[in-house]
Amino acid sequence: MTKQKTVLFACGTGIATSTVVAHAVEDALKERGITFNSRQCKATEVAGQIDDVDLVVSTTQLPKDLGKPVITTLAFLTGIGKAEALDKIEAVLRA
Amino acid sequence: MAKALMNYLDPGAIILGVEAGNDQDVIRILSDRLHSLGYVKPSFAAAVLAREAALPTGLPLGLDNNVAIPHTDPEHVLKPGLAMATLCRPVAFCNMEDPEEKLQVSVVFLMALNDKDQQIEMLQEIALTIQSADTISALMRSTTVDDVTRLLA
Repeated sequence: MTKQKTVLFACGTGIATSTVVAHAVEDALKERGITFNSRQCKATEVAGQIDDVDLVVSTTQLPKDLGKPVITTLAFLTGIGKAEALDKIEAVLRA
Repeated sequence: MAKALMNYLDPGAIILGVEAGNDQDVIRILSDRLHSLGYVKPSFAAAVLAREAALPTGLPLGLDNNVAIPHTDPEHVLKPGLAMATLCRPVAFCNMEDPEEKLQVSVVFLMALNDKDQQIEMLQEIALTIQSADTISALMRSTTVDDVTRLLA
């Protein structure tokens, strides 16, 4: 079994929308047979937390060139484009 | 699974048909209500306004009525709570995902959060509510707090 990947969920305050997104992604990917380590932080803290992270999922704009894959999406809040966003996340975690 | 939104929404913090000139007006009106009901500190309104200016909270729903979910850091909150306004005319909020884009917003949920693990159900219930176009249009048609209570119970 390969090492579990780590996903960093970011939003403006690190407590509101990233919480919703983290739970939604965990539940949906569990159904697809994928588990991962999950952390949350503020958008302004991402650069300092990125070293051991495989993917960042954010609801707000992040600095460019973080050196790791970043998916910025409101799909898990608005419901619009949720399947496509999950496909993108799954692709990174299965890579 | 998430519980009904009325478990978190104080009936005293539901304001329907608000006439607001801009996003700041709505945030001030709802913050004042949460403050008078004892949910937040006096510093809450200014903190939400500052956060909205730096990191906006408009959510595009692909509908005529978009939603915004302003909030701020836990230190301005006394106890978790939720206030809601429907607007008689939409006001512009910037898009959370793209602050350059302005969204016409007609429904605003102002969230007082102090512990993400304890408030996950409230947050999930807000997300479920805004993902239902039917619920959003029914909220816009609501004229009394009782209408809203029945809709979100």
